[in-house]
Amino acid sequence: MTANRFVNRSELIGILVLAAFLVVILPLCLDVFRLNLVAKYLTYAFVALGLVICWGYGGILSLGQGVFFGLGGYCMAMFLKLEASSVENTKIQSTPGIPDFMDWNQITSLPYFWRPFHSLTFTIAAIILVPGIFALIIGAAMFKRRVGGTYFAIITQAVAAILTILIVGQQGYTGGINGMTDLRTLKGWDIRPDHAKIVLYFFEVGCLFACIFIAQFIRHSKLGRILIAMRDKEDRVRFSGYSVANFKIFAFTVAAVFSAIGGAMFALNVGFMSPSFVGIVPSIEMVIYTAVGGRLSILGAVYGTLLVNFAKTSLSESFPELWLFGLGGLFIAVVLAFPDGIAGIWADYVQPRIDRLVGSRKPGWVASIDSSVADGAPAE
Amino acid sequence: MFGDYSIGDLGSIFVMQGFAGLILFSVYVLMALGLAIIFGQMGVINMAHGEFMILGAYVTWMTSNFFQAYLPGLFAGYFFLAMILAFIVSGALGMLVEWALIRHLYKRPLDTLLATWGLSLILQQAYRSIFGAREVGVELPQWMLGSLNLSDSIQIPINGIFVMTLTLLITAVVGYLMYKSRWGRQVRAVVQNRIMAGAVGINTEKVDRYTFGLGCGIAGIAGSAFTMIGSTGPTSGQLYIVDTFLVVVFGGAASLLGTIASAFSISQTQSTLEFFLSGSMAKVITLLAVVGILMLRPQGLFALKVRK
Repeated sequence: MTANRFVNRSELIGILVLAAFLVVILPLCLDVFRLNLVAKYLTYAFVALGLVICWGYGGILSLGQGVFFGLGGYCMAMFLKLEASSVENTKIQSTPGIPDFMDWNQITSLPYFWRPFHSLTFTIAAIILVPGIFALIIGAAMFKRRVGGTYFAIITQAVAAILTILIVGQQGYTGGINGMTDLRTLKGWDIRPDHAKIVLYFFEVGCLFACIFIAQFIRHSKLGRILIAMRDKEDRVRFSGYSVANFKIFAFTVAAVFSAIGGAMFALNVGFMSPSFVGIVPSIEMVIYTAVGGRLSILGAVYGTLLVNFAKTSLSESFPELWLFGLGGLFIAVVLAFPDGIAGIWADYVQPRIDRLVGSRKPGWVASIDSSVADGAPAE
Repeated sequence: MFGDYSIGDLGSIFVMQGFAGLILFSVYVLMALGLAIIFGQMGVINMAHGEFMILGAYVTWMTSNFFQAYLPGLFAGYFFLAMILAFIVSGALGMLVEWALIRHLYKRPLDTLLATWGLSLILQQAYRSIFGAREVGVELPQWMLGSLNLSDSIQIPINGIFVMTLTLLITAVVGYLMYKSRWGRQVRAVVQNRIMAGAVGINTEKVDRYTFGLGCGIAGIAGSAFTMIGSTGPTSGQLYIVDTFLVVVFGGAASLLGTIASAFSISQTQSTLEFFLSGSMAKVITLLAVVGILMLRPQGLFALKVRK
């Protein structure tokens, strides 16, 4: 495998298949309502993608990705909400020009931290920077002191709990448990009708592929190999002179920024944002998307997210009682029986058959798949 | 926030809120004791611990209903039996779970976290299917209601004192088991070096199973205590799991003394702040303080000095 190329041949085929699936097949087969559902699921794929880098390659299990998803989503939602609460839209309120939930909570002027969100440029910067800097601070505080593994997971969980309680408690500033609803336009362009949904879907898929390419680049760069080395034998990497903490901080921050982009897409595509996507339960659920897809597989994360969410929607539509049993069973099955998820099953059972069918391939091509699976195998 | 009260008032408020925090403290201590055994000694993250606690709460509820219906004369004493039953049922389930699930994952601590989270979802749905989604409350016997009046402004609830005494008793028993008994020595030996412990003839599988069962059983007793401060629903346990993990981590994972100290400081901070601020802000400030301190001192309050 040539070290410098950031996609090898089989990965390129995989990306093209995924692109065809998302860009051509799904829009042709599904009506706008279902396509919008897919758009909602794909917002979680950003989180899952971040977790592949952070958890699969870096070995850092974060149970607080909902925090970054929420921060990104709330930044976007604040911008959209401000645009929806123009003076003429809100003239029946006692203070026109502020979001409706502030008016209901007897707040009479826009709080200072809301004001910059009138600007779209600031908002886009905030979507990336706010969660990024937050992750940087948490990561620096934890990893510089060599806190890792289970401790880190518990602390990220506590952060998720704190942020949820804060959002729910500060109803006047955040919209409380209902979140920010009734988002209408983006720079005067209505985001609610069907054609807007389709445009937003394609925009989201574009962003997703941008993130996939970034992830691919990280995975194939020297950085990605240090991450894997660090996950498997942290001490040896440290003794070789690498700053383990900085690499961990980097992986965690990238995962956070991916999640935040997903959150912003969520606010755009679904049209609201609420604390129910921030807390502990959604954060852990996001981990299962990655686990089902295969924690080492960048494309698997996307398929895993889609699969779990389709299962969730269809099961909870028809058998609401069964869904939690199914989800719980999925957690256990993925951990006990399929630690490499769908990607592992694919590499173990499907890929060899395809190779046999196709037959006369260059041996180097097969070897490159094997090595990419082998060097990503679990530590123990 | 203190300005509106006189010094005497403030004193009474602190004492009253302090005693009100005692039941919360007891639940934290009992939950955290179980977790400290499982997490601190075995390194397993049991996200289903809250569900083991709620199992204990449901057992208490069923026992109280049974006594009300069939043995009303003995109702005054049902709580003792309920606690023993809660311990046995939760402990038995814990041993079953260890056998079926946990023992395959000792080398992958992060994966136990996911697997036990799955288990907790399954248990929650099972409770919902069996007991219904509505929250249930337990009726306390007459002698546990009411309160002692220490002065005009200070009243102490009797059930608080009862649970508190019980917690201290259980803590003492666990402390004895872990640090003085032969079995505790075996547990600590297995933790420190599984292979060597096996080589000197300790049945490590059996030790693991009983340790996990003991931790879950204590969670069951915590559930009994929990019925006094809240109503029991399928998802009530989930609300406590993160708090309890913080208690354990904050105290220093392998230290029983640290667990008690951190449970005490966290529950008392929260309970005192709750009087002055809204409940949610009290919780946010408490959690922030804990996370902040953990960032400065990741090993927790009472760290065990171990060469790694």
